[in-house]
Amino acid sequence: MRKMWTRCNNCRRIQYKQDIIDNLSVCPACNFHFRLSSRVRLNMLFDEGKYELYDENIKPLDPLMFEDSKKYSDRLVQYMEKTSLSDAVLNAVGTMGNVKVLISAMDFAFMGGSMGSVVGEKITRALERAFKERLPILIISCSGGARMQEGVISLMQLMKTSAAIARLEEIGIPYISIITNPTTGGTTASYAMLGDINIAEPNALIGFAGPRVIEQTIKEKLPKGFQRSEFLLEHGMLDAVVERKDLRDYLIRSLHLFLNRSRT
Amino acid sequence: MTQQKNFYQLEKNILKYKEKIDKLRENEETIDYKEIERLKGQISEEWNRIQPNLTPLQYVQIARHPQRPYTLDYLNYLTDDFLEFHGDRRAGDDPALVTGFGFYRGRSVAFIGHQKGRTTSQRIARNFGQPNPEGYRKALRIMKLADKFGFPIVTLIDTPGAYPGIQAEERGQAEAIANNLKEISKLKIPVINVVIGEGGSGGALAVGVGDVLLMLENSFYSVISPEGCAAILWKDQAAVEKAANNLKFLAKDLLKLGIADKIIPEPPGAAHVDWELTFKNVDKQLHQTLKTVEAQSPGKRLQARYDKYRKIGFFTET
Repeated sequence: MRKMWTRCNNCRRIQYKQDIIDNLSVCPACNFHFRLSSRVRLNMLFDEGKYELYDENIKPLDPLMFEDSKKYSDRLVQYMEKTSLSDAVLNAVGTMGNVKVLISAMDFAFMGGSMGSVVGEKITRALERAFKERLPILIISCSGGARMQEGVISLMQLMKTSAAIARLEEIGIPYISIITNPTTGGTTASYAMLGDINIAEPNALIGFAGPRVIEQTIKEKLPKGFQRSEFLLEHGMLDAVVERKDLRDYLIRSLHLFLNRSRT
Repeated sequence: MTQQKNFYQLEKNILKYKEKIDKLRENEETIDYKEIERLKGQISEEWNRIQPNLTPLQYVQIARHPQRPYTLDYLNYLTDDFLEFHGDRRAGDDPALVTGFGFYRGRSVAFIGHQKGRTTSQRIARNFGQPNPEGYRKALRIMKLADKFGFPIVTLIDTPGAYPGIQAEERGQAEAIANNLKEISKLKIPVINVVIGEGGSGGALAVGVGDVLLMLENSFYSVISPEGCAAILWKDQAAVEKAANNLKFLAKDLLKLGIADKIIPEPPGAAHVDWELTFKNVDKQLHQTLKTVEAQSPGKRLQARYDKYRKIGFFTET
């Protein structure tokens, strides 16, 4: 670690970086939940931080030969190098409270956690594995929405994943959606909102349209707290807002309840 | 780079011929059919000159053409006794999405379609064809009704997108769209989607998935509007042209990508120049498609619907 001190994005207070990390990357002063990488997420949730990744060999292509200020294919290489990830989601299997579960964790560091073919495919495979092996599944969303560089192919991933969730419903396998800051667009408009329960970390931005788009459309300032977890809870879109320090325990408790299995 | 001409400048001559045709048709007793045929020939000639060089953005302008037929125009032609049903039974009714039952080729079919307005006041009343959550929930209610009575569903897609507003978010725009996708995948009856104009992202998708996707020749279906894409990726509205060139959202692109199943041809000059021929073409393709899809057993159809989306995606696996 190069810098020992850091400033909280929220309360602007300068603090020891290590203090924040020790506090699960939550600001000790204002309770701001910093964004986590997919790996840290998985470490935090699985028993003893142990898990096995699967579907690791699926890698993105550039089917439309998309080019804005950079070629999409070049962008992909850059992000792979920067993040050591092959795309914006990790599929993992392990146990939580001794219950075998699948967790798919999205990673905002890879192109804003955007959903293209690989994210759609990996999420679908995870859901299909949950179906086949009768395993509960958790998806941690953190995503700006569908990946524009894959055009309408990205849009169709919304249906692909949602249809896989419909199949899980048939056999009564629990799917818990964990929504983290930020989750917008096509990700919210598909699997993030389709959990048997939807829970979110505090103060996470969650919505369909981004706040800037809404502001430009209605030409008004948005109310304070708009599209934040607490706002969604109030409007009936979430089952609970759960602090990071309580998240693992909350999930284990709900898994046991869904499986009708006592914890003792 | 010089700015491309917009489509409305290009089509001026065609519209002049069309006006003449309309005038010739005014007096039914003295219609000069020969002259009409001659003018139609001129439209075709002009169209053959323009069409090969149209850019994606110009296609977008055709798809958004203010004279293009809208959902209610199609229903007026295609159905008898169409009854519009209102309300989501939760919060309200959404005029941006029209839903109901009508007789199509002699039997009951559920129709769901985005509706834009033609005059300023109509446009506002229809919210420019941008649905709120109530619209999607109403659409799902009607789809489930159709499922219950065993009627096929036809959806007509023509929207800039789901409405980005405060109340839309409060009432769960994302949840409404997501839930439609999940529920449509379970419907036992045939679901046919026809993109008649703009297929604007999640707002189109929420009623734009099913067994078969038909696209009118000059329609488009995109993850984001070219304007939205330019603003986000280029941070520059002048990049709309570039965004449109990159997104590959035209009917022919979707056919190539294996997402659209069939393209419905439009008349020379596009749908707005000859509504009747457009309706005929849609009718023909729709009828054929329904016949094919209805011939499948519900179990096979559900599996095929799942597989249709399951296989969409481009990636490598090593």
